[in-house]
Amino acid sequence: MRFDVRRAALTLAAPLLAIIFAVLVTSLVLAVAGDPVGEVWSTIFSKPKPRNIVNIINSGSVLYLSALAVAVGFRMNLFNIGVDGQYRLAAFVAAYVAGEAWLPGKLNVVFSIVVAIAVGAIWAGIAGLLRVTRGVSEVISTIMLNSIATYLVAYLLRQVSAKGTNNIHTNDIPVSSQLAGFKIVPDAPIAVYTLSLLAVVAAVFYWLLLNRTVFGFNLRATGQSESAAVASGVNVKKMIIVSMLISGGIAGLIGMPLLFGDSYNYGLTFQTGLGFAGIAVALLGRNNPIGIAFAALLFAFLNEQSNALQLTAGVSNDIVNIMQGVIVLSVVVAYEVVRRYNNAAEQRRVAAQLESTRQPEEVAA
Amino acid sequence: MSDTSDAQDTAVRLTDIGKRFPGVIANDQVNVTVRHGTVHALVGENGAGKSTLMKILYGVQKPDSGTIEVDGRQVSFSSPADAIAAGIGMVFQHFMLADNLTVLENVVLGAEKLYGSGDRARRRIHELATSYGFDLDPDRLVEDLGVGDRQRVEILKVLYRGARTIILDEPTAVLVPQEVDELFENLRGLKAEGLTVLFISHKLDEVLAVADDVTVIRRGRTVTTVDPKQTTARQLAELMVGSELPSPSTETSTVTDVVALSVRDLSMFDPQGGRDLLTDVSFDIRRGEVVGVAGVEGNGQAELVEAIMGMRKVQGTIALGDEDVANWSTARRRESGIGYIPEDRHRHGLLLDAPLWENRMLGHQTREPNRKGPFIDRGGARADTERIVEAYDVRTPSIDTTARALSGGNQQKLIVGREMSSEPLLLIASHPTRGVDVGAQAAIWDHIKTARREGLAVLLISADLDELIGLSDTIHVMLRGRLVGTVDPQTVTPEQLGSAMTGAEVPA
Repeated sequence: MRFDVRRAALTLAAPLLAIIFAVLVTSLVLAVAGDPVGEVWSTIFSKPKPRNIVNIINSGSVLYLSALAVAVGFRMNLFNIGVDGQYRLAAFVAAYVAGEAWLPGKLNVVFSIVVAIAVGAIWAGIAGLLRVTRGVSEVISTIMLNSIATYLVAYLLRQVSAKGTNNIHTNDIPVSSQLAGFKIVPDAPIAVYTLSLLAVVAAVFYWLLLNRTVFGFNLRATGQSESAAVASGVNVKKMIIVSMLISGGIAGLIGMPLLFGDSYNYGLTFQTGLGFAGIAVALLGRNNPIGIAFAALLFAFLNEQSNALQLTAGVSNDIVNIMQGVIVLSVVVAYEVVRRYNNAAEQRRVAAQLESTRQPEEVAA
Repeated sequence: MSDTSDAQDTAVRLTDIGKRFPGVIANDQVNVTVRHGTVHALVGENGAGKSTLMKILYGVQKPDSGTIEVDGRQVSFSSPADAIAAGIGMVFQHFMLADNLTVLENVVLGAEKLYGSGDRARRRIHELATSYGFDLDPDRLVEDLGVGDRQRVEILKVLYRGARTIILDEPTAVLVPQEVDELFENLRGLKAEGLTVLFISHKLDEVLAVADDVTVIRRGRTVTTVDPKQTTARQLAELMVGSELPSPSTETSTVTDVVALSVRDLSMFDPQGGRDLLTDVSFDIRRGEVVGVAGVEGNGQAELVEAIMGMRKVQGTIALGDEDVANWSTARRRESGIGYIPEDRHRHGLLLDAPLWENRMLGHQTREPNRKGPFIDRGGARADTERIVEAYDVRTPSIDTTARALSGGNQQKLIVGREMSSEPLLLIASHPTRGVDVGAQAAIWDHIKTARREGLAVLLISADLDELIGLSDTIHVMLRGRLVGTVDPQTVTPEQLGSAMTGAEVPA
C-alpha cells in the first residue's frame, strides 16, 4: 500500500492547528477576564509529577473506551449520545453483581465485565430497536435513555444499599476480586488500573472489526452512503441494531477500570459524564483507534494539569472545558477543510497523471 | 471577408479562450465565431469543455486568457448580470422555475424593473410569445406544464430580459423526439427574427438537423467548425472522439430458449397514496437476450429495477432461473447471479471516498475473491481490482485512488467490470452509458454485447433511444407503471418509439 506523506502530514496538521487555535482563544478569554495568562499556561504545561502521570493514564484509558463506543456509531452515521447512561447503568449492575460475589476471585471480575457489556448493549439496543421499528432518531432516544438511566440507577441504588445509612452504595467487591493495578510509573504512590488493559483489547477489537471483517466493511459502507450500501445488499436495519449493541457493549466497559481498581463499589460519587467527554474525544481522534488514543491522553492531560490552577493562578479549572470545547469545534472545521483540500488535490493529481500518459496517444491520433 | 463586414456579421467571437482549473485544462485556445441570426451548435464529449466555455460567455466564470467580443465590441463579464446587459442569455439544462407560480409570474420574477408585473408585463410577454411562435398561456401554473412547455418558459424568461444571443445547454436531453421537433421549430422562429442561438449538445443528428454551423470541441480545444450540410453524424462523432467509433448495433441474435428471469404480475403501491407505481408488469428475459425498457423517465422504470433487486417491496413473482426470489434479500439475489449497474452511480453504485479496491467489493463483499470467512480478503480484492482496471481500461493512477477522483466514464467502467466479474446470469443495466464520454460508451456497449454472446440475460433501461434500439433484442414500452406494448428494435425508428413512450399507438 502506498503511504501518502503529504496526506498524512495534512491530517496531523489539522488537530495541531486546532490545539494552537484553542490556546489562543483561551488566552484571549483569560486576558479579557483579567486572569494571569502566563501562569495558567505554565501550570498546565508544567512537567507532570509521577502521581499525575498515573492519573493521566488511568483517566485516558477510561476516556478511550468511551470514545471508542461513540466512534463505532459515528462510523455508521449513528449518534449514540447515550454512552453516558449506558456506562452508568452497566457499572451499577456490574458493581452489584461483583459485590454479591456469586463467583470467587478473578472469575467474579470476568463475570461482572460480561454483565456490564450485556447491560450496556441492551440499553443501547433499545435505541436501535426504536430506530428501526418506529423511526425514532437515536439522538433523541439515547438522550432520553440517559435520563431514564439516571433515575433508574438512583432508585435501584436505594433498593440495594444498606438500610438506615446515608452512605448509599452497592456492597464492596470482595478483596479477592479487587485488582491492585500496575506500578509501572516509578516513584508514584498510586498504580495504573489493571483494567486499563481493556482499552487495549477494545482498540484491537475495534480495528479488526472495522477494517478487516465483512461486517466492518458493511458498517463503513452504510456510514459513507446508505443508499449505496442498500443497493449492495447490506441490511441496514440489522446493521443499526448490531452496531448499537456493539457501541453499548463497549460503553459497558467504561466503568470497569474504576470499579475494580479504585472505588470497589457503585455509589453516589461514582464518576459521571464520561460518555459526553467520549463524544469530544472521538471527534478529535477522528474515529481512528490511534487518533483516539492521542485525543484521550490529551484530554486526560488537560484535566489533570488543570487541577492545580485554583492554587497556582487563582483561576477555576473550568477554563480547561473552554479549551477542550474550542479544540473540538475547530478540529471539526479543520478536518473538513483538509478533507476537501485532499479531495481536490487527489483529483488534480489523477488528472495530471492521466494527462501525462495521454499525451503521446493524442499525437498519434 | 473584410474586417468591417465581419464585425457586423458576428454576434459573438471567442478568441483564444483558456481556462484552467487546478491541474485540469478545461479550455485551451478555444476559438468560436458565431454569426448573427444563426443557430450555432457546439458539440463535444462530456468533459470536453463545452459547459465551461458557455459559463465563461455567460459571465459565471472568468477566463484565464483570451478575449470575448459581442457585436464587435470587446467585453469582460464578471457576473451573469453583465452578460444579460450585453444581450446574452442562458437556459440551463435543469430548469429553474417556481412550480407554484404562473408562467407570467415566472417570467417576470426578478425582472420587475423592466415592465413591472402588471399589464405592461403581460403585453410584453404576449408580444414575445406571438412573434416567436410560442404557444403559452401566461396564466397557467408551471406545475401543470409539460417538459417542453417549461423549456419554452425558460426561453421566454431569457427573451424577456432582452437577450439577443441565447445559449441552450443540452436542451434536448429532457425531451422526447416530438418535443425536440417543436423546440427546433421555435429555434427557427428565433433565428428568423434575427436572434442568435448557441446550442450545446452531443446528440449529433439533432445538431445536424437544426444548426447552421457546428463547432467541435475536443479536450478543451476547438477542433474545427464545419458546415452541417456537408457533414454526416458519423464524421462529426469521429471529430469529437478523434478516432473511428463503433455503433451500438448488435450483430446476430444470440437469444436462447432458456428463461433467465421471469417476472409476473409485479405491482407496487405508492406509499404516499398516489397512483400505483407498477401495475401487473410481466415479462421474460432469456439467456443471451437483451430486453430493453423504453419510457419517459418517471414511468416506473426505476421502481421496476429496485423491485427486481429487492430494494423495494413489491407484489408478484420474480423467478431467477427456476427459483422464486421474490422474498429474498438483495444480498441473496446478488449472490445468486444478478449484476446491477445502477442509474445513479454516485448514490447507488459507489463509495466516493473509498479507494477503488473497496469499491470493487461493494455489492460483492459476501463472495470470493473478496471474502475469507468473516474477514475481508484484501489481497484477493486488490488483485481482482487490478484485473478489472486492466481489462476494462479504467484510467486511474492506482487502485488506492478514491472513486471520487475518477471521471464519470472511468467510474462507470469500474462498475461494469465489477458487475461482470462474478459471471452473472442476469445484468440489470440502468442507463449504463449516461454521462460517460463516447469512448467509454463504446467500451461499455462492447462489454454488454460480449457478455450477451456468452449467454448473459440483460435488462436494459435507457433514455438514449439509439442505445436501446441498437442493443436490445426486444423492447417493452413502459407508461405509468405498465408495460403498454412491445416493439421490434429491428424495424422501429426512434420517432415511433418516442410516440409510443408518450402514449400514442404502439407500432405493430
